[in-house]
Amino acid sequence: MLKFPIYLDYSATTPVDPRVAAKMIPYLCEKFGNPASRSHAYGWEAEAAVEEARAQVAALINADAKDIIWTSGATESNNLAIKGAANFYSGKGKHLVTVTTEHKAVLDTMRELERQGFEVTYLTPGDNGLIGIEQFEQALRPDTILASVMAVNNEIGVIQPIAELGEICRGRGIVFHVDAAQATGKMPIDMAALKVDLMSLCAHKTYGPKGIGALYVRRKPRIRLEAQIHGGGHERGLRSGTLATHQIVGMGEAFRLAREEMASENLRIGALRDRLLKGVTDIEETYVNGDLTHRVPHNLNVSFNFVEGESLIMAIKDVAVSSGSACTSASLEPSYVLRALGRSDELAHSSIRFTLGRFTTEEEIDYTVKLLHAKIAKLRALSPLWEMHQEGVDLDSVQWAAH
Amino acid sequence: MFAPVYFDHNATTPLDPVVLEAMLPYLGTRFGNASSRHDYGRAARMAIDEARSRVASAVGAHATEVIFTSGGSEANNLFLRGAAACMRPGLLAVSAVEHPSVREPARQIVAGSQGAWQLREIRVDGEGRIDGEAYQAVVKDKPRLVSVMLANNETGALYDIAALAKGAKQTGACFHSDAVQALGKVAIDFRALNAAGVHALTVSAHKINGPKGAAALIVDKRVELQAQISGGGQERGLRSGTENVAAIVGFALACELAVGRLAAGAQRVAALRSQFERGLHGLGATVFAAAAERLPNTSYFAFADIEGETLVGKLDRAGFAVASGSACASASTEPSHVMAAMGVAPELARGAVRVSLGADNTEQQVAEFLAALGDTVFQLRRLVALAG
Repeated sequence: MLKFPIYLDYSATTPVDPRVAAKMIPYLCEKFGNPASRSHAYGWEAEAAVEEARAQVAALINADAKDIIWTSGATESNNLAIKGAANFYSGKGKHLVTVTTEHKAVLDTMRELERQGFEVTYLTPGDNGLIGIEQFEQALRPDTILASVMAVNNEIGVIQPIAELGEICRGRGIVFHVDAAQATGKMPIDMAALKVDLMSLCAHKTYGPKGIGALYVRRKPRIRLEAQIHGGGHERGLRSGTLATHQIVGMGEAFRLAREEMASENLRIGALRDRLLKGVTDIEETYVNGDLTHRVPHNLNVSFNFVEGESLIMAIKDVAVSSGSACTSASLEPSYVLRALGRSDELAHSSIRFTLGRFTTEEEIDYTVKLLHAKIAKLRALSPLWEMHQEGVDLDSVQWAAH
Repeated sequence: MFAPVYFDHNATTPLDPVVLEAMLPYLGTRFGNASSRHDYGRAARMAIDEARSRVASAVGAHATEVIFTSGGSEANNLFLRGAAACMRPGLLAVSAVEHPSVREPARQIVAGSQGAWQLREIRVDGEGRIDGEAYQAVVKDKPRLVSVMLANNETGALYDIAALAKGAKQTGACFHSDAVQALGKVAIDFRALNAAGVHALTVSAHKINGPKGAAALIVDKRVELQAQISGGGQERGLRSGTENVAAIVGFALACELAVGRLAAGAQRVAALRSQFERGLHGLGATVFAAAAERLPNTSYFAFADIEGETLVGKLDRAGFAVASGSACASASTEPSHVMAAMGVAPELARGAVRVSLGADNTEQQVAEFLAALGDTVFQLRRLVALAG
C-alpha cells in the first residue's frame, strides 16, 4: 500500500528511525537528569548516556570519542569550525578557501568572516560538480589558514575528493574542515586515514532527531578553536550549554545503526536510485546534474527541459521532493549550486532533487516514474517552447521581442 | 530502577508526560524540515508558527519577538555578543551573580575589544540583593549594555528588573535579563517589562518540565542584533539551522502549562519550602539570601562544619538528589562566584547545598528528606567531633 505523499526528500531531513525514537524516550521520561549534575544518580546516568553516544558517533567515522564535541546541528558545527579556527589562527594569516557549491552555513559564515577582514577564495567546480585537486592546490597561498570543502553536496550528491585535499592541506599546515552533514551513513568515513582536522556532523539527515549535531575536532595533531558559545564550560570549553541528553542518545543510536546497516542499505538504495534514473531518462530532454560516479547512491538531481520546476513540483504533489536545498527554498532564485555547474537559468529552474532513503520502496519509485511521465507530457503540451522545439526551432537563435 | 527523590529542579526538570505526547508526532510521522515546501515541511512550519505564538503569549510578548535557540546559554550569548557587535563600544554592566552563560560572553566581549568595551560587575549585598548605590553608580557611567538576571539559579534571589531597567533607561542602555530560572515560577510580562526599559529576556524549556534543546530569546525588534550562527537564514536570519520542531512544540506546551499552574503551583511549592526551611533552622543551618525576595522553590543553605560535597554524597546514597552548586559549574569544587559575591566566608560557602523543589514534590518527601538530613548531619558532626 502506498502512503501519500511519497517522501523523496531524505536530504532535507529523514524520519527518526523508530528504533532511535525508542532509545530516546526513556531520556525524556524517567532518565531526565542534567548530565552536568555531579551530585546525584540522575546526573550520572545522563552523563553515562552522553558518553556512550559520543563513542557511537565517533565509531561511525572511526575517530576517538574525545574528538567529538556536541552542538545543536551541522549549521552550528560549520559556524564553530570555520569562525572558531579562523579567529584562533588569524595571527598566521587571513586567507580562507572554499567552494561555491558549499551549503549556506559555510558560505554565509565565510561572508561573515570577509566582513571581519578575512579574504576568501571561492572555487568553482567543474560542470560535474567536482573540484579538481590541482585547481585546489593553486588556490592555496602562504597565508591560507583554513580550507572548507563538503564531503557530499546536498543538492547533487557528488562526493568531493576530501582524502586528496586533506593530504595537500596537511602538507602545508592548513586547517582542513569538511561538512559531512550529507555524508554520514551514505559513504564510509575513516578519520584515522583522512587528513581532516574538523568535520561537521548532523543527526537529522541520518535518521536521528533534529536539534543535535557534532563537530569532530582533531587532537592529534591538535587543532585549536575559539569557542562561539561561552558559559559553563561544557564540551572541553568549546561549546557551553546544557546537553540535550535525549537528542544525543538519539544521534548515538542513529549513527550506530548507520554503521551496522550502511553497506547493505546503500546497495538497496542505489538499486532504487538506478531504477528511478532509468525511468526518468526515458523521458526526452532530461539532464542529470552532477557526476554519476562520484556520487552517493541516494541522490538523483535532474533537469526536465521545457518544464518549470515549480509547476512540476505542484503537478507531482503526491511526491515530496525539492527543487533546491530546503534551506534556501523560500527563494525562487535558481539553485546557486546548479548555476555554479554552468547550467542555464532555464535548466536550473527545471530541476528536481530526488533523494531516497531507508524507507523508500520499489513501489514508490515506480509510482513516481509513472507520475513524472504523465505530468511532464501534460506540462510540455502546454508549453509553446516545447512546441517550437518539437518543430525544430533552435530556441537559442530566437530574437525575443519585448512588449 | 530505584528512583531517588528529585530536589534539583533548578538544574533540570522531568518532562511533563503531556508535553511528551505533544512532541512524539514530530519524532514520528511529522518529521518534515520546516524549510521544505511540501506537505511534510509545511506541517513542521505550521507547528513552529503556532509554538511561537504560544511561547509569546505565555510571557506577554508578540510572536515576532521570539527567536528560538538550542538553549538558554545560546540565547544569552546571542543577545550579548549580537547586541554588542551592533553598538558603539562602551561600558558593559552585569550583576556579580550572573550565570556563566552571561558572565563568560561578557568577559569575551571585553577581552576581544582592545579596551573599547569595559566590564563592570554590579555588586550584591550579603543577602544576594543588588546594591542600590552600586547600581546607581554604574548607571551614572552610562552603560551601553546591562544584563541582570530575573532570578538567581543558586540562591533563588529575585531581582526587580523593571525598576533596574527604568533606572538605566534614561541613559539609553540596552537591558537584558536571563529569566531562565524565573519562567514558570513567577509571572513574566514582557510588554510591561519592555515599557519599563527591558529589551530582551532569555527563557528555556527544560527548567519548566519541557525538553532540553529548546529555548528562546524574547527581544524587542528595535534592538539591532548580529546573528551568531549563520546559514539558512532561519529565525529572521538571527539564528540559522534546521529547527528542532519536536523540542519547540514541547517548549510551547510546557510554557502554557507552567504559566497556567503558576498561581496555585507557586503557592504549593512555597509552602513546601517553608516546611523545609523550618526544619533547616531546627538543625542549625544558615539559609542564604533568606532576607531577599526569592523564588518560591529554592533553598540554598550550609552547615558551618560540614562540606557541601560530603553532605550531598551522603544524601544521594540516602535517596535524595540535591545539588552542591549550579550544575553547569559543578565540575569544579571551588566555592561559587555567587557565594563570593555575597561575601560568604569560603569555609561556609564550601558547605553550600541547594534544594530546588518542583511540581512533583510532596510534603511527605520533604518530611522524609528532613529526617534523612537530620540523621546525616548528626553522623557527620559526630565524626568531626571524634576527629577533633
